[in-house]
Amino acid sequence: MSETDPELINVAPGQPHDSMLTETLSYVIGLGLALVLTGVSFWVASTSVLWGPGVATGLVVLAIAQMGVHLVFFLHITSGPDNTNNVLALAFGVLIVFLVMVGTIWIMAHMNANMGPSPELMNLQMQR
Amino acid sequence: MTAATEAPAVGLTHQGSEDTGLGQRGPESKSIVVPYGFWLFVLSDMVLFSALFASYATLSHATDGGPVTNQLFHRDLVAIETMALLVSSFVCGLAMITAKRANMMWTQAWLLATALLGLVFLSIELYEFASMIGEGAGPQRSAFLSAFFTLVGCHGAHVTCGLLWIGTMMAQIWAKGFQPHIMRRLLCLSVFWHALDIIWVAIFTIVYLIGTLP
Repeated sequence: MSETDPELINVAPGQPHDSMLTETLSYVIGLGLALVLTGVSFWVASTSVLWGPGVATGLVVLAIAQMGVHLVFFLHITSGPDNTNNVLALAFGVLIVFLVMVGTIWIMAHMNANMGPSPELMNLQMQR
Repeated sequence: MTAATEAPAVGLTHQGSEDTGLGQRGPESKSIVVPYGFWLFVLSDMVLFSALFASYATLSHATDGGPVTNQLFHRDLVAIETMALLVSSFVCGLAMITAKRANMMWTQAWLLATALLGLVFLSIELYEFASMIGEGAGPQRSAFLSAFFTLVGCHGAHVTCGLLWIGTMMAQIWAKGFQPHIMRRLLCLSVFWHALDIIWVAIFTIVYLIGTLP
């Protein structure tokens, strides 16, 4: 717990410096949550109980939640003052990733719809 | 004297202010700066992957009459891969905890376990690739398969690099001990390895689960 833990060597100010037990516990909690989210993802994808059209959205939400778990419990991204730079860099990265993915999918879907051959022909080509 | 009155901001430096995390005590120590720089690299790597994801999402229906996702992907194999990589990421964290306490034996053991689990993941992936190519579903078959092999193969290449890096770090720790610069490299390695697991979460969700929905 204390910063004068004699076991520790070379701990940077930004890193969590707790006892071995609490540090391990953080990873165990992260692993547990990640296992649950992964299990739910595979279940959601294979069950027929849920409303079909909503499944894909649900899977994306589960994936984003699991990425959050990894960031917090494995990469130790926190909201502490010594982590501001890391969080800002992450926010910028997420912005770029969002723009690239959503922008591409959006534009390419519209180009497919507006500039391709007639819809019947597209269906024949694409859904075989 | 109050901190606010004499806080001449020079760039991001706020001298005399309370802790803002912006380095008012001059440059931060290397143990802060090096992981931050590596974090920027990892984020730019994720931007690279986002472009591959975008092209995969665009091309995933352009199968050119060839095999489609439902015929190619096996969810049970993907589940094993996912478990292997997730536990590998967890074990890598345990290695960091023991390394911080300069415990040579356990650090080497956990790093070895990390590498072995990564090897399990990579073997399954290579087996999947080989069987797909054997069925005539190689990357030159259709735009969908080109995008698939580029995306998943790029992740696999990262895992391969990570395995080589783990081996290197095991040797360096063994030869040089837990010196500060070795610890910084080890920290970067753990950030890299955890980031690969985050990217795999996106891959198994988008490619393997959403791709094979009924």
